[in-house]
Amino acid sequence: MKSFAYVKATNVEDAVRAITAEPGAKFLGGGTNLVDLMREGIERPDTVVDVTGLPLNTVEELPGGGLRIGALVRNSALAADRRVRTRYPMLSQALLSGASAQLRNMATVGGNLLQRTRCPYFYDGTSACNKREPGSGCDALDGFNRGGAILGVSDSCIATHPSDMCVALAALDAEVEVRGLDGTRRVPLADLHALPGDTPEIETTLAPGELITAVELPPAPVAANSRYRKVRDRASYAFALVSVAAALEVREGTVSQVRLALGGVAPKPWRAREAERILLNGPADEAAFRRAAEAELATATVRQGNAFKPGLAKATIVATLRELSRELSTEGAGR
Amino acid sequence: MTEIRMKVNGDVESLDVEPWVSLLDALRDRLDLTGPKKGCDQGACGACTVLADGMRINACLALAVQYDGSEITTIEGVAHPLQEAFVRHDGFQCGYCTSGQICSAIGMLAEHASGMPSVVADSSELTEAEVRERMSGNLCRCGAYNGIVDAIMDVAGKDAR
Amino acid sequence: MTVTQSEAVEERATGTTKYVGQSVDRLDGPAKTTGKARFSAEFPYPGLTYAAVVHATISRGRITAIDTAEAKAVRGVVDVLTHENTPPMKPVPKGIPTSMNAVFSAMLSGTSVNYLATDEVHWNGQPVAVVVAETPETARYAASLVRLTYRELPATLDFAAEEPKAEPQKGGLMGGASTDKGDAPAALAAAAHSVDLAFSTPPHNHNALEPHATTAVWDGDRLTVHDSTQGISGLRKHLSQRFGLPEKRIRVLAQYVGGGFGGKGSFWAGTLLAVLAARATGRPVRLSLTREGVYHTVGGRTPSTQRVALGAGADGRLTALLHTSVSRLGQVGGMPENITGSSRHLYACDNIQLRQSVVRLDLLSNTFMRAPGESIGSFAMESAVDELACELGMDPIELRARNEPERDPVGGKQFSNRRLVEAYRVGAEMFGWRERDARPGAMRDGRWLVGMGVATAYHPQMLMPANATVRIDAAGKVVVQCGLHEIGVGAATAQAQIAADELGVPLGSVRVEHGDSDLPQAPFAGGSVQTASAAAAVVAACAKLKRTLLGLARRSAASPLRGRRLEELEVRDGGLYHGGRGQTYAEILAGAGRGHAEAVIKANMLGFVAKTVRDTRRYVKAASGAQFCEVRVDPDTFEVRVSRWLGVFDVGTVINTRTAESQLRGGIVMGIGMALSEQTLIDGRDGRIMNPSLSEYHVPVHADIPRIDLHCLNEPDPISPLGVVGVGEVSITGAAAAVANAVRHATGKRVVDLPITLDKLL
Repeated sequence: MKSFAYVKATNVEDAVRAITAEPGAKFLGGGTNLVDLMREGIERPDTVVDVTGLPLNTVEELPGGGLRIGALVRNSALAADRRVRTRYPMLSQALLSGASAQLRNMATVGGNLLQRTRCPYFYDGTSACNKREPGSGCDALDGFNRGGAILGVSDSCIATHPSDMCVALAALDAEVEVRGLDGTRRVPLADLHALPGDTPEIETTLAPGELITAVELPPAPVAANSRYRKVRDRASYAFALVSVAAALEVREGTVSQVRLALGGVAPKPWRAREAERILLNGPADEAAFRRAAEAELATATVRQGNAFKPGLAKATIVATLRELSRELSTEGAGR
Repeated sequence: MTEIRMKVNGDVESLDVEPWVSLLDALRDRLDLTGPKKGCDQGACGACTVLADGMRINACLALAVQYDGSEITTIEGVAHPLQEAFVRHDGFQCGYCTSGQICSAIGMLAEHASGMPSVVADSSELTEAEVRERMSGNLCRCGAYNGIVDAIMDVAGKDAR
Repeated sequence: MTVTQSEAVEERATGTTKYVGQSVDRLDGPAKTTGKARFSAEFPYPGLTYAAVVHATISRGRITAIDTAEAKAVRGVVDVLTHENTPPMKPVPKGIPTSMNAVFSAMLSGTSVNYLATDEVHWNGQPVAVVVAETPETARYAASLVRLTYRELPATLDFAAEEPKAEPQKGGLMGGASTDKGDAPAALAAAAHSVDLAFSTPPHNHNALEPHATTAVWDGDRLTVHDSTQGISGLRKHLSQRFGLPEKRIRVLAQYVGGGFGGKGSFWAGTLLAVLAARATGRPVRLSLTREGVYHTVGGRTPSTQRVALGAGADGRLTALLHTSVSRLGQVGGMPENITGSSRHLYACDNIQLRQSVVRLDLLSNTFMRAPGESIGSFAMESAVDELACELGMDPIELRARNEPERDPVGGKQFSNRRLVEAYRVGAEMFGWRERDARPGAMRDGRWLVGMGVATAYHPQMLMPANATVRIDAAGKVVVQCGLHEIGVGAATAQAQIAADELGVPLGSVRVEHGDSDLPQAPFAGGSVQTASAAAAVVAACAKLKRTLLGLARRSAASPLRGRRLEELEVRDGGLYHGGRGQTYAEILAGAGRGHAEAVIKANMLGFVAKTVRDTRRYVKAASGAQFCEVRVDPDTFEVRVSRWLGVFDVGTVINTRTAESQLRGGIVMGIGMALSEQTLIDGRDGRIMNPSLSEYHVPVHADIPRIDLHCLNEPDPISPLGVVGVGEVSITGAAAAVANAVRHATGKRVVDLPITLDKLL
């Protein structure tokens, strides 16, 4: 790890000012990703601005039943929040599917949004990686790419976004509040992360020096019947091969509301809008689920190692929607 | 150098550290508390687990400067029935993951008692499946997982009684 | 009976207490559960410095320039050592060894490279420089600033591409390379039923939780080394040769080692570089490898391709058995694995053909990892046997029973002990095998597909010579000195139990000193040899001590033991008795005016070799067992989760039921990892290991491991010391096959390429 100056920010304005003053500065939250990357020599900030002392660690009610989540709320605290568990169970489940309990106790919501890919060629300093070293090439294209993305990829980069939380946030139409020198702005979560194109080193639409201060969840009654399903190589403590965040409302056999997002398949949390479009106002049956899944994955681009992912993604989408629709009918029968 | 003060296992320790010193290295190399282990230095094994203000964390990914003013408990500061239970149930072999397993289990039991859910959670009861999921951040390459779960269930059961 | 430590301390010897065969607390339990147990990177020394390794980033070539200026300029850097400025070690012995020491030293040298004495690069990750600094952070950072320029040479790196060019393996220490009995190919062609399968297994890494660490301190021409090694005496020999120092001036200490599994059995770069750096800088040096550094400098298990072809009649009796393998060595070292070895011993068959081939690649040498050969060989063989059972429509346990040999199928020797049929019978009962519906996919638990599989575990047994000293003092306290390795197996506890029983003293009065090369030499902790080998020495030392004590007693006119022979006496209550009359050891020592008595056992090499030769001419000796696995498979995503396990083992006398079962469980856990998730990813383009971390190399976590039930048949092996057969390795054998067979049962799909990840089932 390169040596660096450490600044502990005490208010948001100071934090933003401190980071803007230093071109090589980085915000530090829980450290679970940044400290690791610094030790690997992949991140080499001259100054680290520790924002964990900022008063951004509460979950507050929004009018109409939404929630405002401070950027420094720890992943475990958010997962445990009663309101999250009742109104947005998929979010709690996604958080609890990520990493380990220790890391969830450290990691912040803001940091989770900005965590970087686990592509092995990004992590290995000797490999060609356009994300780590623009223009160097991409060794993953013809290398170990079992974990690689199949949607939204380019010839420059097939790295996936590793977050579980973000997949649920994408399905929930979350908005991210950002503070810069010029004030506060709001970014839909769907627009926070950038697809790689020719510039995989640009991972978000944040301007330099901008600090994520909060995530807002609009009210979404459909999300009360939601779940997060993560498929991975170990039963726990592994990144997703594929994950699905889904919420479903069915009225008289017809899908009246649906939310669907995918993880492990794209360089950003992937909102499955095409699948949602097909499902909405259609029957809530296996065939419809399959059609929707097929449509969403129709544009998938695979490599040798990840050729299984479209099939796995489809199977997981269908299984998750099936479970949700069964739960609805069981609840209905119970009433 | 930054001067930090932490309460470590009940004693106030004050030390000068560079910002790049992890909490784990501060404990091991500066305070000679070698109970917390370095298995990966990447947050991938849990051998470095300590309690920071009562919460279990991976000390390897924590910068010491971030924990200025915190209360840290390492295995050396633990006096808990789990320790004896680990011996009785043979919850270790080589012993390298043991400090982390025990600190993690203490944090885990507190989390469970406070209502922290898990992906397994269907009930508030602490089942073996729950313990396995909640302890999955602590690897044991010797494969003492059965003994570790037994030790935790034993102690958790006694607490409940 | 369960004996806790506190009870053992307070206990009065009753004359009936026997510790061997009981469930006894580990003696190191309190140290390991309070954080007091110190490992090799945890010994502070005044003026201690920290070393970090710089690794090559090409797979083959020469260093043309090495720029250390920037690294040296970092405040706190003591020195940067390269091949340009470091007084070299002596080379690794090769050619015709001139002494037994040289044989072992060369054999256990991880590679033949003389680090920091050459500009040659032999693999991607080879150490090419070492930074020594005042703090670990400084060393690691400065190491990232060392700039190397290379002239690259073509390298051969891709196992899959090179495997077809493999050459027949020569016979060696790890066993014969080929076996022919009858005409297996012809018998296969003529067989009424047959299977012919091609398998592959990936490279694996040990991933002991403790990364290799060394603290090296020179004091003039004396050297003290704390090292995470499975072989302290071998390491002392190796250091003696490499640093030109008599063994008596070297002390190697390893009281606790954080897991080994074979990865700490040879001598690798980190250890040597720490000693070299300490010599070059004149400062104590600690070198803890990073996790990535372990992958780059310590070899792992070879990948393999294998073919198993079996022919059988309609009655299931085998008529042809063929097993061939290809493994990989490095250009600078490595040992061929005896992959087909256990296939010589498992099944009665008139036509057997075994072949082993190897390729050499420009990669880090392979090395032994838990049950080298058998663990991956048994995956292929036992999967094929299961597939034959499917082909025949026969229960796989019945098929094995029908082919159980009376004598060793190839050599015709006797088995010293063979209880496989019994293991399967007992296991089938305990596991509820009868409930199994043999049709693939027929069993369900809710939405999950359920599968049940079995496989045979088999691991040959060896012994090594060992020395031990046992001393008793006037207070009746016993000290056993033996240079054992406590890598997690409960070695000291087992020998304390043995000594307590042999001397008839309470367990709490026995202390075992271990992990120090100044102690009497024990074998290395590998090949499942340590416990039985050391037991022979401890038993002999206790016998000698009792004779010495009896001799002292007989000199005293007042002793009730006067005129008695040892054979007539009972050993109990901390003394020697004949009927109700006798003396405690303390009384004997007091009567003789002695403060203590001591017995020293030094292995008689000639006698040891003679007995070993005699036994191996007559007997085939092995640990064996039956593995029962149940899996749940998700019908949508094909995630596989092991839901139940039972292992029934024949491992001779069990010294400590609790620690032995733990070790057996550990092997099964590693076998489950091997079956479902473990693989080292080596990029065939540049030889780079792409998942050198515990986050991307997937060892099993808590959630992957169900309750593992165990049953040991617990019959003494007739030709082993105390009837003990090692338990360290047998339980990983057959484990991956049991999982694969259960998956086959659940899904109808035979996966022949490890690991069984869901993409292979979708």
